[in-house]
Amino acid sequence: MIADADRVFKALADPSRRQLLDQLHANNGQTLGELCQDLDMTRQAVTKHLALLEAANLVVTIWRGREKLHYLNPVPISEIYERWIGKYERHRVRALYELKKAFEEGPNG
Amino acid sequence: MDKPQFVYVTYISTSPEKLWNALIDPEMTRKYWQHENVSDWKPGSKWEHRSSGKERTLKLVGKVLESSPPRRLVLTWAFPADEGREEKNTRVTFEIEPIGNVVRLTVTHDRFEPGSEMLERISAGWPKVLSSLKSLMEVGRPLPELW
Repeated sequence: MIADADRVFKALADPSRRQLLDQLHANNGQTLGELCQDLDMTRQAVTKHLALLEAANLVVTIWRGREKLHYLNPVPISEIYERWIGKYERHRVRALYELKKAFEEGPNG
Repeated sequence: MDKPQFVYVTYISTSPEKLWNALIDPEMTRKYWQHENVSDWKPGSKWEHRSSGKERTLKLVGKVLESSPPRRLVLTWAFPADEGREEKNTRVTFEIEPIGNVVRLTVTHDRFEPGSEMLERISAGWPKVLSSLKSLMEVGRPLPELW
């Protein structure tokens, strides 16, 4: 199988690569140049990280004319989520997450 | 040129023909999507997305823009209330590509208006639908209760 779980976890186990995913999550469909602008990394390093993310199927690319655009592909993450979170737990897990977020982001956080 | 808002990719261990059928057969879509996709799938025809409950509520409508089995299917995608309003019709492209003994399915969703209600709804939906489709094709079991 091409996109196996090992590659996904390995790709996610790096703060720079997670930062790249955060950037695409905020603004999907960016070129390499656009991604480099907001990062404190060399273009070479970004290229290397993107290749690993692509191999894990967490980033997919399409061509728009002469521009190569990078997209966050959350499908492998959805597979991990569904693997360990049962259908009756979903609402409780979500509620706990919302609670934590409210405390941490709220005025008393 | 406008760029798509979303591009989703999943690799599924199946054949292009079976995957194509899984996108257009109401019996199949009911299993992994809990909705039925209904049309004759000819270019220019209408298609409907209905809930698979007793009420069979009409959830989405659109037209078939392109249909090249088993490789490429392009649909417009709108809420029933927005059917006649061109600017509210988004577009979904399914591309099926065999790679070795798996098939790569790419779903591209574009032509959203700024602040589109569809945009909010679908960004949580597609990853679930595609995970469920993959699970059904590979292990014969879709994800339970998607919605």
